[in-house]
Amino acid sequence: MNALNKLLTSAAIGLAVGVTSFSAVAETPANMLVIAHRIDDVTTVDPAESFEFAGSDISRNVYGRLVNLDPADLAAGYQPDLAESWEVSEDGKSITFTMREGVKFHSGNPVTAEDAAFSLQRAVILNKTPAFILTQFGFTPENATETIKADGNTLTITTDKKYATSFVLNCLTATIGGIVDKAVVMANEVDGDMGNTWLKTNSAGSGPYILNSWKPNESVTLTSNPEYYGGAPAMERVIVRHVTESASQRLLLERGDIDIARNLNPEDIAGVMSADGVKVDDELKGRLMYLALNQKHPVLSKPEVRQAFKYLIDYEGMRDSFLKGQYTIHQNFLPATYLGASEENPFSYNIEKAKELLAAAGVEGLEVEIGVREAQERIEIGQAFQNAAAQAGIKVNITVGTAKQILARYRARELDVYLGAWGPDYPDPQTNAGTFAYNPDNSDEANATGLLAWRTGWDAGGLTEKVEAAVTEGDREKRVQMYLDIQEEFREISPFVMMFQQIEQSALRDNVANWSTGQAVTAAAYWQVTK
Amino acid sequence: MAFAEDGNGGRPDRAPLSHKLWPLVRGTVMTLSSIAVTLLGLLFVTFIIGRVMPIDPVLAIVGERASQETYNEVYLQLGLDKPLLVQFFYYLWDVLHLDFGISLLNARPVSEDIARVFPATLELATIGIIIGVVLGVPLGVLAAVRKGSWIDQVARVLALVGYSMPIFWLGLMGLLVFYGILGWVGGPGRVGIFYIDVVPSVTGLILVDALLDGNWDVFKDAFSHIILPASLLGYYSLAYVSRMTRSFMLEQLSAEYVTTARVKGMSEWDVVWKHAFKNIRVQLITVIALSYAGLLEGSVLTEIIFSWPGIGSYITTALLSADMNAVLGGTVVVGLIFILLNIFSDLLYKVFDPRAK
Repeated sequence: MNALNKLLTSAAIGLAVGVTSFSAVAETPANMLVIAHRIDDVTTVDPAESFEFAGSDISRNVYGRLVNLDPADLAAGYQPDLAESWEVSEDGKSITFTMREGVKFHSGNPVTAEDAAFSLQRAVILNKTPAFILTQFGFTPENATETIKADGNTLTITTDKKYATSFVLNCLTATIGGIVDKAVVMANEVDGDMGNTWLKTNSAGSGPYILNSWKPNESVTLTSNPEYYGGAPAMERVIVRHVTESASQRLLLERGDIDIARNLNPEDIAGVMSADGVKVDDELKGRLMYLALNQKHPVLSKPEVRQAFKYLIDYEGMRDSFLKGQYTIHQNFLPATYLGASEENPFSYNIEKAKELLAAAGVEGLEVEIGVREAQERIEIGQAFQNAAAQAGIKVNITVGTAKQILARYRARELDVYLGAWGPDYPDPQTNAGTFAYNPDNSDEANATGLLAWRTGWDAGGLTEKVEAAVTEGDREKRVQMYLDIQEEFREISPFVMMFQQIEQSALRDNVANWSTGQAVTAAAYWQVTK
Repeated sequence: MAFAEDGNGGRPDRAPLSHKLWPLVRGTVMTLSSIAVTLLGLLFVTFIIGRVMPIDPVLAIVGERASQETYNEVYLQLGLDKPLLVQFFYYLWDVLHLDFGISLLNARPVSEDIARVFPATLELATIGIIIGVVLGVPLGVLAAVRKGSWIDQVARVLALVGYSMPIFWLGLMGLLVFYGILGWVGGPGRVGIFYIDVVPSVTGLILVDALLDGNWDVFKDAFSHIILPASLLGYYSLAYVSRMTRSFMLEQLSAEYVTTARVKGMSEWDVVWKHAFKNIRVQLITVIALSYAGLLEGSVLTEIIFSWPGIGSYITTALLSADMNAVLGGTVVVGLIFILLNIFSDLLYKVFDPRAK
C-alpha cells in the first residue's frame, strides 16, 4: 500500500474514531500480556542461530545467559545472571565464571557449568550467522573444547589475546550467549546437528518464560516459568500476535484486545495519543541512518567536500516532518544508550557553510549518484538531500533499487554516495567501531565487504589502531573515553554523514507498567511487566 | 434374418468394450498430460522469474554484513553456481518427489508451511464464495427480471462499489464499524487470545476442527472472526457474480423460446428458473469457478488487514524476503488449484449441458 493510501486510511479511522466511540472496551486478563508485533522476521529460535529482532525477543525471555542486562536498569550494563560472579586472569585472557547454584532448566535439569560450556562450544562449532560474535575472540570449531572449559561449578573461557573484559561480557549478553539444556538438546540431535534442527522450533532454556509455540507469521506463545530463580513473572502468559497492518494494531489496542502495539506508524501514533486508556512509550533503538561518500571518487575524497556534505542535511526539518517520532538526530556511529556513545551533534543545516567549503576545495558543477533502497523514509531523505545539494550547486541523481541492486554496488565500492541504515550486532561499542572506523587494508584485493569503511573506500588511518586499542582496554572508564575520542575524530574526518537514530514507539494500555523493548542494546523483556 | 445372422441373440448392435473404454482412457491421458504440461510450464516460468528478479536469496540468508566467504559458501550451498537449466531440473526432480525444499527463512519444509497456511485460505475462500453465490446469483436474476427497477439499481450500485472500492479500505472500515464500534465480530486473527491452540489441528480448518472436537466456544469464536473477512470476500464475489448473472439472464430472457413460453402461459417463475436460468448454468459455473479460484489464491490485502495466516500473505512475505522455495511451492499449489477447478468445471459442464458429453 502506498503512503497516500496509508494516510487516507489513518485519517478515515481517526475521523471515525473522533466522531464516535468504541463499544465497551474489552480487557485482557490481568495475568496475561498480549502484544501485536510484526514477527515475520523470526527464522529460528535456536540461540546459536537466531539473529533477527523478533527472534531475539523470544530468546531474551526464554534463555538465561552467563551475564545479562537488567531491563529495569539497562544503563548499568551487564549483570550476573546464570553466572554469579567472574574473575579475570592476570594476563587478561581468561575469565572464570562461577555458576549460580540451584537454578533449573525448564525441563527440571540443573543448570551447570557443563551446560554453559556446551552452549558456547555449540555456538562456535555450528558456526551460524551470529557465531562471529564469539569467534572474534579466537574461538574456533577446532579449539572450542579447549578454550571453553567447565570444571565443577566454574566455566573458564580463554581468548586468543587480551580483550577488554567489558567487550567480552557485553558480547555474552547477546542472543548467542543463551545457555541451553545440554541433555535435552543432545537427546534431540539428528545427524550430528547438535540439536539445531530441533531447537529451531523448540526451546531448552532456564529463563523466565517457556516457549509454548511459534507459528511463523502467526503467533508466539510463552508461559511463565514458576521455577525461575528471579521469581515467577507477573504475566503468566505472553502472546505475541503477528499483526502486520498498523491500523489493525491500533484497532486491537483501542478495543482493548491487546496490551501493546509495537508497529504503529506516525499517523496512528498521533491518533492513539488522544485515545482513552492508551499511552505511548518511546525508546531509542540501535538503527542509524547515514550517508557514505565513496573515497575512490576524486572529489568526494577531499576533506572539505566531506565536511560540506555534513552541512547539507536538513536534520531538524526531516526529524520534525516525515521522520517525526520515528527518528532523532544523531551524528555519531555509536547509538545513544551504548557504552561510550557520544551525544555531540555539531552539524546543522547550513547551505552557505557548505558552499564555502566546496569553494575552498575548488569544486564546481559536481554531479553524483546516490543509491537508495526502495523504502519510503530513505527515498524521502534522499530527496531532501537532493534538494539541499542543488542549492549548493551539486547535482544529485537518485538511483532507487532493491536491496540486491543497491547493496551489491555499495559492497563493490561502485556507488558515489550510499544512503544506508545500520543496526549494531551486539551490545558493545566494538560492533559499530569495528565497521565504521576500522579498515586495516583498504585495497580492492582485501575485499573486506563486511566493513563499512572498506565499502566506502576509506582508509581510516589512525582510527584503525585506536579501535584496536579500545577493544583491549581493561579499564571501563578509560575505554569509554577512548570511544568518545574516536567518535570526535570520526565526526570531523570520516566520509560518513551520520544523521539519525531510530526511536521505537510502543503504544500501551495505560495499566501496563515496566515495559522495555531493550533500547539499542538488547531485546524486549516481558518478565518485569506488570498490569 | 438379419438379427440371427448377426449372431447376437437379436440384441441391438454394440461396440466392443475396448472401443468404449478407449475414449475414456484417451480423455484421461489427455487431461493428465495437459495438467503435467501446464504445471511444467508454470514451474519453469516461475523458476526463471525467481532467478532473474532483482532480489538476492543469499543476502536474505546471510545478511548484508556477512563476509564474502560466508556469502560464497551459501551461494554454493544453494547451487546458484550451476547453470539455470541444471538448477531447474534439480528443482523439478525434488518437486516430483513432493519436496518443495526448505524455506530459506524459517528453515521448515515448504510443504509443511503450505499445509498450515492453505487451510486458512480455503476456509475463508469457501465461506466467501458461498456468500457471494447465495446472494449474488438471486440478486443477478432478480436484477435481470426486474430490469430498470429499484432492485436492478441496487444491484448495480452494489456491483459498482464492489468493483471500485479498494478492498483494503473497505476491510479497515468493516473492522472499525463491526469490530471497533459495534463489537459484533471478532478482531484480526483466526481466534481470540483465549482460544489459541485450544483445539487440536486435524484438518487445519478451525471451524471443522472445533466441531470435530465438540468445542462450541471455539467454533463460535472462530466464526465471529471469520465472518467479517469472509463477508468482505463474499461481497467482492457477489459484485462479480451478480453482474455476470444479470448479463447472462438478460440475454436468455430476450430469446424467442422465452417469449414462446410466456405466450403459452407458463408462469413467470417457471420461465425464469426452469428455462432461462437452466441455460445460464454452464456460463455461471465458469464465473463461479474463476471467482473461487481467485479467492483461493489468497486475497493478500484481506489477509494482511485481518492478520489471517493464509497462502496469499505467505507467498507475498516469501517473495519480499527472497524465499524462492516458498514462492515456488506456493505458486505450484495455486496453479494446481486453478487446474483442478478447471477440470471440475468441465465435469460440471457435462452434467448440466448434454451437448458437452
